[in-house]
Amino acid sequence: MPDAPPHRLAPPAAWLAIGAFTVFTGGCELRERDPPHAAADAAQVQRGQRLLAQYQCGSCHSIPEVASARGHVGPPLAAFGRRSYIAGHLPNRPDTLARWIAEPAALVPDTTMPSMGVSAGDARDIAAYLMTLE
Amino acid sequence: MSKAEGSQSALRAAGPVAEALLGVSILLVVGAAIIFVAMMVLLALALRRRTGRVNEGWWVIGGGVAFPVIVLSGLYVYSEWNKPPWRVAPPRDALIVGVTARMWWWEVRYRDPRSGAEVVTANELRIPVGRPVYFGLSSADVIHSFWVPSLGGKMDMVPGRVQHLQLQADRVGVWRGQCAEFCGEQHARMALHVVAEDPAVFDAWLAAQARPATIGPAGADDATLRRGREAFLAHRCNACHTVRGVSEERSLGPDLTHVGSRLHLGAGTVPNGPAQLAAWVAHTQQLKPGARMPSSGERIDDADLQAIATWLSHLK
Repeated sequence: MPDAPPHRLAPPAAWLAIGAFTVFTGGCELRERDPPHAAADAAQVQRGQRLLAQYQCGSCHSIPEVASARGHVGPPLAAFGRRSYIAGHLPNRPDTLARWIAEPAALVPDTTMPSMGVSAGDARDIAAYLMTLE
Repeated sequence: MSKAEGSQSALRAAGPVAEALLGVSILLVVGAAIIFVAMMVLLALALRRRTGRVNEGWWVIGGGVAFPVIVLSGLYVYSEWNKPPWRVAPPRDALIVGVTARMWWWEVRYRDPRSGAEVVTANELRIPVGRPVYFGLSSADVIHSFWVPSLGGKMDMVPGRVQHLQLQADRVGVWRGQCAEFCGEQHARMALHVVAEDPAVFDAWLAAQARPATIGPAGADDATLRRGREAFLAHRCNACHTVRGVSEERSLGPDLTHVGSRLHLGAGTVPNGPAQLAAWVAHTQQLKPGARMPSSGERIDDADLQAIATWLSHLK
């Protein structure tokens, strides 16, 4: 077996690559996702949970923490805060999630999820609650 | 309803296309049976007769080449002659109907001859007797297939394409059609009933379908119907269902403008009626598991449920 060609980067180049990767991923993903998680206050989260029952999300979605949410027509929402995507391809961020809840067809035209008449403010509260589901 | 009505059988042809297909099928089956029996007789004779010679050249050329060429050429000409009219454009007098298949129901579109407006209905095809019907067939999700055995077909319904099929009913009747391409969990409960009527009855039906929903027949404008309509909106049934004249928000589910006039609910799942409508809304997932409509029995109280069913039954 011939000797493998040397693969190792010179240490300064390796550090540069690691640094660039950290800055890149931190810039586009982690920094946007972390604060809303932490920022959502308990009152908003609680309001979101109550609104979720009021708008009858549970007739299609099952949510372990919500007793009335036992539907199986749509996907289950357990651990939604950990999900990478909404509806299979939208990045799962609080602002996107709130828009999705208010007007699903505006983001995915052929979706089977109906608009339940959720106001923008209520949608933000519901999104804040869903983001806490770990 | 007689026994033949609502049937789904290619052996009960009710139009020229189905008759042509049935004719070709019978000829093929009977012809193949005759040839098979003749071969068996020849085989038996050959096994019994131990001595003597046959003219091998005659049998090989005659039975192996000439006979198949004559039979298959004849069949080719016959089947070409009987081929249903696969046309790229509809004949001038044809009724044009758009059918879009969805998981797991059928959206049906007509054009109102008076106003030119599109008339949307679902899960039931009404056609006039004796007039060619030209279908534009498509799908909104996966591949389905349009098949009404008593009238002819079938034709695949492919997302992003419009396929065409021309059929005709020669007598008044009701036939069951069925999605003929496996399309998921409720493929089996994706039926499309076809009602063929006299042209005058059909014209009156289409004119009625073109009108928006009214609260009900004169004198029936009572509290239950009003409550039903209000409950329908309060429970956001209109987030998925359109009732023209009441709410036209989205059409994720079947158009319910004249749902009371249809024979069945849930694409042929249950017969239509006020009690069945209430049961359907309350127990959708038990009646048609996997359907894109949630069961609402637990979130809509019984009085509202009955009122919604009564109101929807009045939408004729």
